[in-house]
Amino acid sequence: MGNTAPSADTPLVLKGAIGSRRIVMAVDDLGVKIGVRIGMPVAKAESLFGNLTILDADPVRDADALEKLAIWALRLYSPIVAVDPPDGLVLDITGAAHLYGGEAGLVADLITRLADLGITAHVALSDSWGAAHALARFGRQARLIVEAGHSAEALLRLPVEALRLPPDMLPDLHLLGLDTIGELAGKPRPPLTKSFGPKLFKRIDQAFGRLSEPIEPVASPELIQVERVFAEPIGAPETLEKYTRRLTDMICNRLDEKGLGVRRLDLHFVRVDNHIETIMAATAKPVRDPKRLGRLLCDKIETVNPGFGVDRMRLVAALTERLDAKQVEASWSQPAKPDVDDLWDILANRYGPDCLYRAVSVATDIPERAVKRVPPSASEMGSRRNAGYRRPQRLYRKPEAIQTLAALPDHPPKAFSWRGQRYRVACADGPERVLGEWWRSDTELGKVRDYFILEVEGGQRFWVFRSGDGQHPETGGLNWFLHGKFD
Amino acid sequence: MPAVNPTVITELRERIEGIENLGARTRTILPFGVPEIDRRLPKGGLALGALHEVAGGADGAIDGAAAASFCAGIAARAGGRVLWCYTQADLFAPALATSGLTEDRVVFFEARDEASILGCFEEALRHGGLSVVVGELAGLSRVASQRLQMAAELTGTLALAVRRWRRPVDARDFGQPTAAFTRWRVTEINSAPMPVRGVGRARWQLELMRCRGGETADFEVEACDETGHIGIPAVLGHGSDATGDGQYRAVG
Repeated sequence: MGNTAPSADTPLVLKGAIGSRRIVMAVDDLGVKIGVRIGMPVAKAESLFGNLTILDADPVRDADALEKLAIWALRLYSPIVAVDPPDGLVLDITGAAHLYGGEAGLVADLITRLADLGITAHVALSDSWGAAHALARFGRQARLIVEAGHSAEALLRLPVEALRLPPDMLPDLHLLGLDTIGELAGKPRPPLTKSFGPKLFKRIDQAFGRLSEPIEPVASPELIQVERVFAEPIGAPETLEKYTRRLTDMICNRLDEKGLGVRRLDLHFVRVDNHIETIMAATAKPVRDPKRLGRLLCDKIETVNPGFGVDRMRLVAALTERLDAKQVEASWSQPAKPDVDDLWDILANRYGPDCLYRAVSVATDIPERAVKRVPPSASEMGSRRNAGYRRPQRLYRKPEAIQTLAALPDHPPKAFSWRGQRYRVACADGPERVLGEWWRSDTELGKVRDYFILEVEGGQRFWVFRSGDGQHPETGGLNWFLHGKFD
Repeated sequence: MPAVNPTVITELRERIEGIENLGARTRTILPFGVPEIDRRLPKGGLALGALHEVAGGADGAIDGAAAASFCAGIAARAGGRVLWCYTQADLFAPALATSGLTEDRVVFFEARDEASILGCFEEALRHGGLSVVVGELAGLSRVASQRLQMAAELTGTLALAVRRWRRPVDARDFGQPTAAFTRWRVTEINSAPMPVRGVGRARWQLELMRCRGGETADFEVEACDETGHIGIPAVLGHGSDATGDGQYRAVG
């Protein structure tokens, strides 16, 4: 807002009107601290606290912004994202959390990214939309993950306001002494239904996950999507596969017109009971090849539960990037390097993107840190600093303590025992001294490891080290460890 | 037994192979570049587009260090890109480069279980864009090995199964028949004594335990050099040799 932005020193209040009453619709942290509450009449707030910056709320633009945010979340997190007006988003993360290393990882990532956008978010993750809605708004924590099957317990102590009931119903419920969801859920249903209508217990059942509540994802004109409606519900995997391929062809034509390639595709199967099953396919680079994309999607069709049938299929290009046609070079002398990116995509979609990596050498002497993982199609080259050093084929993640017989300061062991077996050393090479990286942490300052290659009688070759240089006790405790096994 | 004309045998072998290879696109070979070993293999080398099994001997059955190094050498000489699948995350990538398999050519696949290794192994073989796929496996059933063999045949990709078990008793499984073309066992033995302090180039007892269309054999070899070639120590070569550094080296 530039110069017209309200001062940060005075509490900011947004006012709106319900009927003829002017009430507080939103208030910032400072306002909350001094006692302004949402729903308070504006006149009361003004007279009690004075010195407030009061602006008009703009619900239409808020709704627009919320929808934009929903599309942002759709691109990043999950194929099913809907706005939960006036102030929330709902994400169905079934089958999508593994991309962020599980549910906790997804929630953490969501909160950080929203914070980067300047939004303080409260996130709750639970079994049903109703429960997540209630816990995000009325739970005590800004970040709450309820384990599957435990949402009912978490809900019982929350106020009835959390249930998404029509606002005029709430004062009547309080009048009856029903303040929390637990109190309400324990009451006999017929009399309450008679006076409040069926909506009351419907909301409760939805919150407890007894009644399904389909989430209709946001659609945006910017998103390229194609849809197919079936006269009769379909359910056989072969049929689903056939239409998946047709939709893929259609979307590739659309992408072609716009010169785009897809990085993530969401395929929605809208079932006759309005539940939406989704599958996702992600690629490392933008792709527009219908065969390749069809293959990625069809790989996952077996995870779709068609229930009583699917009557609508919708394919959405959730994440697209520019992809211009490229001239293939015709070369007489060199055969083209085979393209394996599609294989990496297939494997990453099937087993998770973290499984596949290229190991790139890092310029460090510490073996545990010698390798960095990069995506398979990355062109990054590693450091050549340690090339040519003799290194073991197997490096144990945790060096294993061994008992040795060795002379100080720099003699290799004459014999050692490891995993209950005794080895006599035939010949040895070393020491190769490795110093702690003091710039990483103070505990590594001055620490020393002396590595030896040992060949034992019988022919096996091991990589062992002694912590400490054998002369100065502060460099290490002179214990011996076995760290690797040579060929 | 009447004397058998060797040309007849060769002819018959070729005919049988012709019948077997219906549908196989190409099968060429990758020689070790060591005449003693290549002579024992049909057509003089390791068949491409086929499955080969390698295991470590003695304690090597558990750590599979020498077997991995042997496979890295083969993969290095085969050229092209390599996929390496494993479940036990103790493979140290910089060591593969010392066997000639540089880091820009290998992609690793860390699997949760053996079933995903088999799935990934087969998928990668069927793709055809890779030159070698290596899978570290404990169990390899006959059916699984047949699937891998067929996938390898289809695209001409070299399939190497590093057999590696968690317990020594499980290594008995290596006697079970599979559809692999060859089966190798690599056991570390003491290196040649050096005139100075130190550990010389690693040596292996290399056993060719099974070979389709060939016979078993064993060799004492020196481990892969930085180009992926194994060598035969001079003493076991035919007397003194003129190649200078005391071992046969391959060309190219």
